[in-house]
Amino acid sequence: MSLSDLMMVLPIAFTLVWALVLLLIDLWLPRERQGILALLTALGLAVALGLDLAQSGRSGSAFRDMVVLDNFAVFLNALYLISGLIALALGYDYLKRMEMERGEFYALLLFSIAGMMLLTQANHLILVFLALEFLSIPLYVLAGFARPRLESEEAALKYFLLGAFSSAFVLYGIALVFGATANASLTGVIEAVRSGSAEVGFLTAGAVMLLVGFGFKVAAVPFHEWAPDVYQGSPTPVTGFMAVATKAAGFAVLMRIFLNLFPGLATSLTPIFWGIAALTMIVGNLLALAQSNIKRLLAYSSIANAGYLLMAFVPYGNAQVAGQAISSMLFYLLAYGLTTFGAWAVVVALEQAEGRGLTLEDYAGLGPKYPWLGVTMLIFMLSLTGVPLTLGFWGKFFLFRTAVAAGYVDLAIIGLLTSVISAYYYLRIVVIMYMRAGEPRVRRDGWLNLVAIGTAAAVVLLSVVPVQMLELTARAVLHLP
Amino acid sequence: MILGISWLVWLIALPLMGFFILLFIPARAKNALRWGALLTSLLTFGAALGMLAQFQVGNPALQQVVRLPWVRIGDLTIEFYLGVDGLSLLLVLLTAFLTPIAILSTWSAVEEGVKGFMLFFLLLESGMLGVFLALDLVLFYIFWEFTLVPMIFLIGVWGGERRIYAAVKFFLFTMFGSVLMLLGILYLGLQTRTFAWDALLQQREVFAAAQVWLFLAFGLAFAIKVPMFPLHTWLPDAHVEAPTAGSVILAGILLKMGAYGFLRFNLPLFPQATLQLAPWMAALAVVGILYGAAVAFAQQDVKKLVAYSSVSHLGFVVLGTFALTAQGLEGAVLQMINHGLSTGALFLIVGMLYERRHTRQMSAFGGIWKVMPVLGALSLIVTLSSLGLPGLNGFVGEFTILLGAFRSAVLASPWFAGLATLGVILAAIYLLTMFEKVFLGPVRHEENRRLPDLNGREILTLAPIILLIFWIGLYPQPFLDLIHPSAERLVALVQSVALAAH
Repeated sequence: MSLSDLMMVLPIAFTLVWALVLLLIDLWLPRERQGILALLTALGLAVALGLDLAQSGRSGSAFRDMVVLDNFAVFLNALYLISGLIALALGYDYLKRMEMERGEFYALLLFSIAGMMLLTQANHLILVFLALEFLSIPLYVLAGFARPRLESEEAALKYFLLGAFSSAFVLYGIALVFGATANASLTGVIEAVRSGSAEVGFLTAGAVMLLVGFGFKVAAVPFHEWAPDVYQGSPTPVTGFMAVATKAAGFAVLMRIFLNLFPGLATSLTPIFWGIAALTMIVGNLLALAQSNIKRLLAYSSIANAGYLLMAFVPYGNAQVAGQAISSMLFYLLAYGLTTFGAWAVVVALEQAEGRGLTLEDYAGLGPKYPWLGVTMLIFMLSLTGVPLTLGFWGKFFLFRTAVAAGYVDLAIIGLLTSVISAYYYLRIVVIMYMRAGEPRVRRDGWLNLVAIGTAAAVVLLSVVPVQMLELTARAVLHLP
Repeated sequence: MILGISWLVWLIALPLMGFFILLFIPARAKNALRWGALLTSLLTFGAALGMLAQFQVGNPALQQVVRLPWVRIGDLTIEFYLGVDGLSLLLVLLTAFLTPIAILSTWSAVEEGVKGFMLFFLLLESGMLGVFLALDLVLFYIFWEFTLVPMIFLIGVWGGERRIYAAVKFFLFTMFGSVLMLLGILYLGLQTRTFAWDALLQQREVFAAAQVWLFLAFGLAFAIKVPMFPLHTWLPDAHVEAPTAGSVILAGILLKMGAYGFLRFNLPLFPQATLQLAPWMAALAVVGILYGAAVAFAQQDVKKLVAYSSVSHLGFVVLGTFALTAQGLEGAVLQMINHGLSTGALFLIVGMLYERRHTRQMSAFGGIWKVMPVLGALSLIVTLSSLGLPGLNGFVGEFTILLGAFRSAVLASPWFAGLATLGVILAAIYLLTMFEKVFLGPVRHEENRRLPDLNGREILTLAPIILLIFWIGLYPQPFLDLIHPSAERLVALVQSVALAAH
């Protein structure tokens, strides 16, 4: 290991060390001064973000090709770190008033983010598996952080069991790929595939297994069953973090591995991707219609959004549109992330102890009573629907453009029609907020307002200059060592 | 042009500027908000007149073009591309004309949430003007979709009893239509590497093979908006539940967005498909004319009657469009304006009655002329205009359309015009019955005896419309001159394809 190796993973290393330091500080900190930990965590994340952004434009590999660094990783690492910051802002007051402020929260969050960054930079299948576990295990704990609330414990257990299950799929997939190519390094596998020495049958089976495993992580149908229960039971800031960062990490590893290792298998894998994308869009949106709990509704909405992202990934083997697919997916992840975090901030503001304040009816009268919060939620719902003058519109526009450009008009039609279905349930929230009378109870908290108003402003203002953002994502290309 | 900025940009920007100013006026200053909105919309109308003054009559091409690159994706550019020609000019004027009138009509009708109402109204105006001015397909789609947002609020918050149902239905119907249009737009852009209307026109051959599909994808969005039979079911709900000002704008302008879409996009971009499908579209239009009229006749609620009469009247517009003759097209554009004026005025009158009696059932009225002579006289003019009495505006439009349809080589059958003429007769029946039941006869209800007649503000909302009703009715030539060159060019374009096909 040399210094230059370390430089390649500096944000990860820093985040890890910072997490360990926080654990130590926590030991000496009196219980009532836990707030300092949150600020220190934020400081750590901000420094890591600075380190990460300083790496933009650089590319290369380190630790004997175990990890790579490219703009793709820089972009996504920034996304995880910013997600962490927003999750902290959502949790600052929430953890206190729900009486679950414990020092471990911050360290676990940092561990999980470090795992995501490692997953995005991993260039070796064993490291992929390791990073996947590393990001998941802290999340299992975080999901159960509202203990002794039963729902939260249930969420943790469910997430853990299904997460372990999906890890087994990933591991099996890795074994099969290794069997097919006698190699576990991405570079090595690519070489074996290129030279024709790979056993195609095993390789395909391995790819399918990996797809199943990652499908769990991004909550694609039919591997989505855990998501609504886990999203509902977890503390809301954690849910928001999972909905954005974990999903982004799942897509990051899916993109890196499939685009690098399996472009040759596209003919046999495309129908599978097609089916999963179509099912995810249809099932996610249809089931969201029936929800009366806002957390479950947003959970199904996040499933449906995974479907839209997958739609753009179907033509991954088509070299002409693959680059476009990545940039439009990254754009969508960013647009979706900003919008969703904003929506979760509003959810946190309305949530009361013991899981009250979470039904859609609790939003009645929010618009007239709390104009700022109401308008921000309106913007988030419009953006999720894909109405123009929001980032969500451009996100969908670019995704559908990719699908049409690759010739998947049928998939685009499914996507567009399901987005009409989604309009119904997003609109329902708007209708309840503005057109029904009610006395909503809202927690006033500066950090929450900052997140809600900041993301809403970003969603609207950035939609006027979408091209600058698209250029940013277009630069986030994958690097092959 | 003012400050070096085109009138077209001002048309879209002024309502937005008003929106931002109104944002900072506190919600309790109701009158300040009303005046602010009215002033903004009057300034916008001023900008529209400025545009009219610069318009070169007799030039069929796009004029006063504003063109800036906006979003560059690879080799595809979405442009901020505005322009106006004979097809859109009058619709822009109508929008800018009806908006201040609609705002004036809310003075006493809207007391709750004045701020929100005015904010949404100005957003809506900006969006509608954008729809008529945009020449880049994506920009058009953005304006098109964006008008939905203020409209569902206007219906859903300030509407009647079943307002939420009506608002949601309106949103979902329109969105269902427009997502397929988005697909069509994406397809066009990817095939031709451009979203600009005139560039697409040059490259029609590139997507000639997919014309019928593209026609249907665009046509569905427009047919829902017009609305054409059998896609009209959202309209009675939306019209009846919307507040008066919302109904005026909905009937006066939003429906025209659909008809305008056919003229601007379907006809010139997909001419073969247009020729192929014209008889079907015309047939649906005729069904709509008769069906709308028949259902209107059966209504007891005045507002519902006017709503169904819109289905019938818009049928004429579609018939004129797909007659594919210069007369038919000119008549269609003029009929759009006429319908905007007379139906807008009818909704205003219904609103005035409702404000006084809080009911719209015809049986609750009768003999109103005796109590409110001014309203009675104005209503008679508007009713006669709506049913197409010669000398008033409705006649000119409908007559031109019927003449165009009768002579149409594409429809090639006198039945279309013949059956549509029945619609004119039916309109006379249901509108006169309505007028008789509400205004004539003895005063049947005690509570109607002391209704106050129109006040100055109310007369002011109706007067400009009635002025135009007479103007267009007696001397339509200046209006037809504005439309004629562009309509002529559009017909020539479609006909050239027909000739090439033979």
